[in-house]
Amino acid sequence: MARPMTMTEKILAAHAGKDEVKPGDNVWVDVDVLMTHDVCGPGTIGIFKEQFGAGAKVWDKTRIPIIPDHYIFTADDKCHRNIQTLRDFVAEQGIKYYYDPDFVNTEEGSGFPSPYRDPNNTNYKGVCHKALPEEGHCRPGEILLGTDSHTCTAGAFGQFATGVGNTDAAFTMGTGKTWLKVPPTMKFVFNGTIPSYLTAKDLILAVIGKVGFSGATYKAMYFTGSGIESLSLEDRMTLTNMAIEAGGKNGICDVDEKTLQYVRARSNRPEWTVYTEDEGAEYDCVHTWDLEDFEPLVAAPHSPDNTKTARELADQKLDRAYIGSCTGGKITDMIMAANILAGKQVKIPTFVVPGSTEVHSDMLKLGLDGEPVKEGEKNIYDTLVDAGCNMGAASCAACLGGPQDTFGRLNEPLNCISTTNRNFPGRMGHKEAGVYLASPLTAAASALTGFVTDPREYISKPIKTGTAGIC
Amino acid sequence: MENIITGKAYVLGDDIDTDQIIPAEFLSYDPSKPEERKYFGMYANCGVPEGQRGLPDGNIPFVPEGEFASEFKIVIGGKNFGCGSSREHAPLAIAEAGATVVIAEFYARIFFRNCVNGGYLLPCESVERLVEEVKTGDDLEVNLEKAEVRNLTSGKTYALKPLGDVKPIIEAGGVFDYARSSGMLDK
Repeated sequence: MARPMTMTEKILAAHAGKDEVKPGDNVWVDVDVLMTHDVCGPGTIGIFKEQFGAGAKVWDKTRIPIIPDHYIFTADDKCHRNIQTLRDFVAEQGIKYYYDPDFVNTEEGSGFPSPYRDPNNTNYKGVCHKALPEEGHCRPGEILLGTDSHTCTAGAFGQFATGVGNTDAAFTMGTGKTWLKVPPTMKFVFNGTIPSYLTAKDLILAVIGKVGFSGATYKAMYFTGSGIESLSLEDRMTLTNMAIEAGGKNGICDVDEKTLQYVRARSNRPEWTVYTEDEGAEYDCVHTWDLEDFEPLVAAPHSPDNTKTARELADQKLDRAYIGSCTGGKITDMIMAANILAGKQVKIPTFVVPGSTEVHSDMLKLGLDGEPVKEGEKNIYDTLVDAGCNMGAASCAACLGGPQDTFGRLNEPLNCISTTNRNFPGRMGHKEAGVYLASPLTAAASALTGFVTDPREYISKPIKTGTAGIC
Repeated sequence: MENIITGKAYVLGDDIDTDQIIPAEFLSYDPSKPEERKYFGMYANCGVPEGQRGLPDGNIPFVPEGEFASEFKIVIGGKNFGCGSSREHAPLAIAEAGATVVIAEFYARIFFRNCVNGGYLLPCESVERLVEEVKTGDDLEVNLEKAEVRNLTSGKTYALKPLGDVKPIIEAGGVFDYARSSGMLDK
């Protein structure tokens, strides 16, 4: 009888061909999926060719999705060249899943490059962590590696997912394997039901505020309890997305009917394994919260653990609001923001960037209740436009600053409330800019006042998101 | 791997994240291209706010403006060095500027892994906090056999933690060389 194990331990044991593992063990594991994008892809490909030879073939061309997303809206030639590097590699290797931005083929002199004209009709997807599950690359029980620290997002699907560098990715690209140290698991229990004024963003900011910005370094973060069950799958992705902001190796949630509904509708493989926590599994620590004790939170500059309540920051003046990214640019995030902004006008420049072309497309199709727009009703996109928001197209955009001409980038020392996941100095552009991390509800409410604002002032009834973002 | 490494110290504080080490706007350079790779050296540590660049005084650039190489061979950090993004460009940038060792209290996981698996930098952990003990420009001598670092300027010696599980990978020069030497990959 194997020792009682956590989900993370069980997944790593199964992929190492062992009956059991324990925290601290170093194991070689078989990787199920390896993702890369335009920023780390070219470097990874360079190391792959250097190490395995110019004519080498990848270990499995159906398990290496390549998702350009970071530097799409820019006139920077090197960024376009990097996408061409991905294209050449995809063609040479016969990579099955590649989501090309259309822009390089658009006519010259058309001005600012646009990656797609119609979100319903493009192969381009947008932010990799959103595109991965949408396109069927996430399944319970698997190991997903990606050349991006927010790869941990996919833990919402009950799998082990973590970020790696170019060298690790190149190694896996050639061998299908990597070595991992089995992490101890921190358990975070949320009791209750998510109220209308909170999102998973508030929960994860509370966790990071509690354990600190490096408090989960080398550890697995397991989120469980009725509070997590009550979250939509997209909101669970917000939770696991930010495990890395506490230094976590991975974040993981239980698999339930919501997970299976999503995966059945999307997975590009028919089989997966659902792992559950064993009775008696050992935890590094256990933290428990009741959702009814919570209020909307904000992480003030320059660290995600600099957590305060939105009310405490009510005197903080803002210059800009930003709603987007893998953390806060999903369709459910957009619906929440739109419900706050509907029929009102923003007081500060507000930038909205869908996380993916599917989100963009859904914004055009869905209304404030997350259901298809009815006659005479405004869709989410138009609701935001009419509230005075500047609308961008799906990409990572200003979440990580990027080239100077990136949509929404903070090129001056402005204070910005943002639904993104990091607020280090310079993260969104200017070194002296101040980034306040918050939920889409809090960011939208703050956009209406120009100050950090508790969204409860603007919520009169529960916000429904329907089946948005699921099937 | 050499056992004794000497050089000038460049001191940074806590929570130095990879956006400060190499800001995202420079990630469009392709590190596989030698003519572009050198720019990571030029911009290494340029995202650190002015007052925090080269402690205790600050306002000391790691690499002089317009140049590709740093005079500092050993970077000293506090807690959680290299947190944030998984960009391997971060250890690569510090190494490309000419540094060979980082000594911090502890590292963010992915940065540490990238240092080791990519074979860019030797990531040592200090037993004590060195940020207030060492000044930017001090001459240091790292002795790996004795697991210590000596501040030749002040004459004080500080212990380093053992390299632990990753020592064989560091000694091999990175994960590829390690996998070849252990028979996992063909030579």
